[in-house]
Amino acid sequence: MSDHNYVPSTKLGKWFNDRLPLLSLSAHLSEYPTPKNLNYWWTFGGILTFCLIAQIVTGIVLAMHYVAHADLAFESVEHIMRDVNYGWLIRYIHANGSSMFFLAVYIHIFRSLYYGSHKSPREVIWIIGMIIYFLMMMTAFMGYVLPWGQMSFWAATVITNLFSAVPLIGESITNWLWGGFAVDSPTLTRFYALHYLFPFLILGLVILHIWALHIPGNNNPVGIDVKKPSKDTVPFHPYIVIKDLFALLVFLTLFAFFVFYSPNLLGHPDNYIEANPLVTPTHIVPEWYLLPFYAILRSIPDKLLGVVAMFASIFVLVILPWLDTSKIRSAVFRPLYKQFYWILVLDVLVLGYMGALPPEGIYLLIARIATAYYFIHFLVILPVLGFKEKTIPLPLSISEPVLNESHEAVNNNKMSTE
Amino acid sequence: MSDQKKPKRRDFLFTASYTIGAVGVGAAVWPLIDQMNPDASVKALASTEVDISSVEPGKSITVLWRGKPVFIKRRTEEEIAEARAVKLDELKHPEKDEDRAKNPEWLVMVGICTHLGCVPLGDKGDYNGWFCPCHGSHYDTSGRIRKGPAPVNMEIPKYEFVNSNIIKIG
Repeated sequence: MSDHNYVPSTKLGKWFNDRLPLLSLSAHLSEYPTPKNLNYWWTFGGILTFCLIAQIVTGIVLAMHYVAHADLAFESVEHIMRDVNYGWLIRYIHANGSSMFFLAVYIHIFRSLYYGSHKSPREVIWIIGMIIYFLMMMTAFMGYVLPWGQMSFWAATVITNLFSAVPLIGESITNWLWGGFAVDSPTLTRFYALHYLFPFLILGLVILHIWALHIPGNNNPVGIDVKKPSKDTVPFHPYIVIKDLFALLVFLTLFAFFVFYSPNLLGHPDNYIEANPLVTPTHIVPEWYLLPFYAILRSIPDKLLGVVAMFASIFVLVILPWLDTSKIRSAVFRPLYKQFYWILVLDVLVLGYMGALPPEGIYLLIARIATAYYFIHFLVILPVLGFKEKTIPLPLSISEPVLNESHEAVNNNKMSTE
Repeated sequence: MSDQKKPKRRDFLFTASYTIGAVGVGAAVWPLIDQMNPDASVKALASTEVDISSVEPGKSITVLWRGKPVFIKRRTEEEIAEARAVKLDELKHPEKDEDRAKNPEWLVMVGICTHLGCVPLGDKGDYNGWFCPCHGSHYDTSGRIRKGPAPVNMEIPKYEFVNSNIIKIG
């Protein structure tokens, strides 16, 4: 961060900056050299920051009206929807906001996988990102429990019961998590407390994520190291800021579509029925963004191994920088990896779809094949591919392919005019 | 310099300080962890008495005990016969029906699927017992797991017949 010597222009600014270099930090952020070839897949970092802030702001507002007690929670959510001024809007933004947050984070993660942003020297950025992703899933799950509808209650029951698979101490762990012998009011209050805490932990990790990013600088679609600052970079402000804002605007259009035109499309009608510990809804499914993991859980016929496989599917992502042995970052120069990448995308989509269907017959079989492939991709294909694949030669700089193309374009023009 | 490997007075002080510090931190953290365990008011609701005089043969009722559903099923002759006819080596979790139902007519068990805690549906599934809609576990007329991901049979709580009409659970 101290790679430039910023001197504030005013005397007051200099006085303050000598004592707390906030102005230097802001100058660093604004001048931060960014590869000039970043495409729109790189705008999701900014979009995600927006999502986090939006969730925190709407969440704090909702907390002013919500009551975390098994007898009152469901009613207080209805109170927010019907009585509180703009309560419906704030709650719908918060509820759909979590879906939009996950949509953006999945694009962000798959962007990294395609362009190799998880590879050296960016492993720590990637691992912090995976911790953020894991905390996001926990936060979203606990938030989903708060309205205390049928889906809330049974999601809480099923997910906390995952820990009962632990040998010997499983039951003690679940009783400790519940504060009782089943999911009940004590469970709800502690989930509320943690649901309020976790977004701030995520915020802290986001700061570390960006800090770690600013050490090597951004990866880029070509995936080669960029000299910075140089002809290959542009300052973050205004170039990237404006581009990010434009992308955010497009993203917000989709967001607004959900909030205003189909606010319950991504939810489940059963969650408008108050929690009832005596009746399990006939078809319980988690929110869409957790479905692939749910499919992995259900595709293993053994309880403990199912839980292990589900957590392992996240853990393989954490150690990905060492599983992916190829030195070439971008899939643009890896013809085979590019194909396996799209098969993985398809595989995860299939897993998600199977997670929403009942685990019977052909669906179960497909889910099992997709689960097996998921692990094969990370544990077999990626390590082997790094040694076997014949990659396309890398350009010397990110300008080179662009300049060559424009040279050719100029030549072509000349030829056509002649 | 040669006697550097010999533990000194200072090493002893360091080790002793770390040990006392670790014990102190542990003691301070324990209340913060233990507060999440079931509290006194939850534990106080340990037993429930249920009147079963109105349950017809073949029917079952569900009552709440410690926040969990408990099935009290009055089994028919066929259901009892079916449960008792099963050989133990066919079972994933071998338990005799005689050990699960003290009084063969009444099956009292915690109505929670041992997989991930859903409430199974009665008179459903491939074994005429219970079927869990969440992840497809099938239980027989004795509440034993026969097919699906659940690892063990549905739990039998501690209960006793106070008289022929009242069951005390817990």
